[in-house]
Amino acid sequence: MSDIVIRAERLGKKYIIGRHAQNDSYLALRDVLMKNAKSVWSKTRDLLRGNPVIQGDAMEEVWALKDVSFEIQRGEAVGIIGRNGAGKSTLLKILSRITEPSAGRVAIDGRVVSLLEVGTGFHPELSGRENIYLNGTILGMTRKEIKRKFDEIVAFAEVEKYLDTPVKRYSSGMYVRLAFAVAAHLEPEILVVDEVLAVGDLSFQKKCLGKMEDVARGGRTVLFVSHNMGAIQMLCRKTMLLKNGSLVMIRDSGDAIAQYLSDSRKDREGQIRLAPTGSDAFFTGISIRNSSGEICSEIDVSRSLTISFEYKILRPIRGLEVSFSLFNQCGSKIFYCPQSTSIHHYKNEYPPGEYVGSVEIPGNFLAPGSYTITAGIHQPNIQLFDGRQHVIGFQIVECGSQHYAFDGQDIGSVLVDFPWRIRCLPDGENVSVN
Amino acid sequence: MNTIIIEAGRTEKNYWADLWHYRELFLVLAWRDVSVRYKQTLIGILWAFLRPLLTMIVFTVIFGRIARLPSDGNTPYAVMVFAAMLPWSLFSNSLTDSANSLISNTNLISKVYFPRLIIPAATLITTFIDFVISFVILIAIMIYYHVVPDCRILLLPFFLIMALLASLGPGLWITALNVKYRDFRHVIPFVVQFGIYVSPVGFSSNIVPEQWRLLYSLNPLVGVIDGFRWCLLGGESPLYLPGLLLSLTVITLFLWLGISRFRRTEKTFADLI
Repeated sequence: MSDIVIRAERLGKKYIIGRHAQNDSYLALRDVLMKNAKSVWSKTRDLLRGNPVIQGDAMEEVWALKDVSFEIQRGEAVGIIGRNGAGKSTLLKILSRITEPSAGRVAIDGRVVSLLEVGTGFHPELSGRENIYLNGTILGMTRKEIKRKFDEIVAFAEVEKYLDTPVKRYSSGMYVRLAFAVAAHLEPEILVVDEVLAVGDLSFQKKCLGKMEDVARGGRTVLFVSHNMGAIQMLCRKTMLLKNGSLVMIRDSGDAIAQYLSDSRKDREGQIRLAPTGSDAFFTGISIRNSSGEICSEIDVSRSLTISFEYKILRPIRGLEVSFSLFNQCGSKIFYCPQSTSIHHYKNEYPPGEYVGSVEIPGNFLAPGSYTITAGIHQPNIQLFDGRQHVIGFQIVECGSQHYAFDGQDIGSVLVDFPWRIRCLPDGENVSVN
Repeated sequence: MNTIIIEAGRTEKNYWADLWHYRELFLVLAWRDVSVRYKQTLIGILWAFLRPLLTMIVFTVIFGRIARLPSDGNTPYAVMVFAAMLPWSLFSNSLTDSANSLISNTNLISKVYFPRLIIPAATLITTFIDFVISFVILIAIMIYYHVVPDCRILLLPFFLIMALLASLGPGLWITALNVKYRDFRHVIPFVVQFGIYVSPVGFSSNIVPEQWRLLYSLNPLVGVIDGFRWCLLGGESPLYLPGLLLSLTVITLFLWLGISRFRRTEKTFADLI
């Protein structure tokens, strides 16, 4: 059935950024006054004409999204992947009509419900019961609909006892559960979901994913942004890959994910510099070195590699954790490696400063293939200071190890040589009694 | 199936129908504002009684007793002042609330779609409820002073709507500007503080010299307040028609300006806020 519900044609979104010119090296008070007077004049003029007012002297156009065209059919679940700043969120915001495109058009058939955040509009002073109505209406349910599903929502959230308590007294787990319960009982024709599943504990995330699967199976159209390649692969048959605001491809999820991960690998060449994020702890760079200490993104399977994280901490933070996870080319997590478990007497207080932390991964451990790294600085369960998804990649290449015979075949992600014990059974002993 | 077309610079054809479609959200947001307002307060709803009552007493003492300004006809000064306090606080509260409304609902604007006009409009409900409470006080005061309104009181809803629209126009404009330029929020306290003396709240507009009367009515609140007094004080306070028409014109102009500016910038709110 070729029943197209979303048709986007050459969609674009432009932001204008003002910039202060930096060429005036001599600054007299007179010049400053003149400049400010001029800028006040031009701002007033723009304001009266209703033009956008630009701070600064020069303006720069930034296209967050450019020339994106695609078609989505009814009942399809489509994933959207891409690095930070690739335009995923902008695309969702345009589709859910929160912001207007600067170019192009989209035609949407049906009611769109966007879930860009769990618990939008929750008011801390209001009780759980009141917030269900508030949040439900904000997400586009009618009062009748909410009334009908009220018990179901409460049961899903497991908050029966606290229905009349203001949500500000809820634990954060209860809060998120309630918020998701409302969202889960929406019945939109088209559901647009941003990375809202990245909250909550593991079992809750599983519950969310399960609910999303139901929605997708129920014949409704789902657009789903995530950095979790596993979830994308599980939920979506098709995936859109965005890069720097343009659509690279919209194809089978497997292909798109492979392309995404290999892109991340090509771009990086084993080293990446990262700009400060504005938070109190952030990564400044990540590099990958081979066993000779050279920066390199292709590693011999039989040799070790060292991953180094450079990071900066601006204020003392208690219980700070720096960690990374390794993903294979299908986007499955191979392992999670936090600092706290490997360092004895792990300091509870992390003094400010610049640090380099490195981890050596031994040779003959990772199977040939591409891998990506997701790194984070956080206070576990409290605050995420810096999280970089699939920020750098590398490739383990077969250079004639004992596994070379399996090259090109799927032998998993880790190499093992667990000993086999083999004994030959005497005749008769293996004859089963019929 | 209705198809939604999203396009650059496209003005919504069915903007007002869409607004109607979201009426439940409007009610829920208004209900939220009302119910949040008196949570965690000690004397709760009493605040709505106290504020206008105290202002009325101060004005009656200063303008009526100390400055000895004349009242309208035989109306007791306190009743005349309170009849003006009603539309004034309705106006000033709605203006303040609607002007700050978008900023205080940032999280909604950046995460969900709905016609943004709902947010400032919903704040009017809250102030309307305060108005109803104050109205009860007015009735009590009128009973105390034996002031009996006549059938003109039936026209009160007209002036009530006029007061609300008078605040909605500038409120919409300022709240739209407030999204990008936070300096506009400083405009409001200034307007409100200034306005209570510029508008005939503490005195009768009849003491304004005849030749300045029309000019004075450029202040839209003059028409509203005069109308309230005309409705409530049983014919003691005459209505100055040219002034009322001028006030109405000014209100309409501001409303048109407010709505058109608001709609023009509405789609960029999420980018700017």
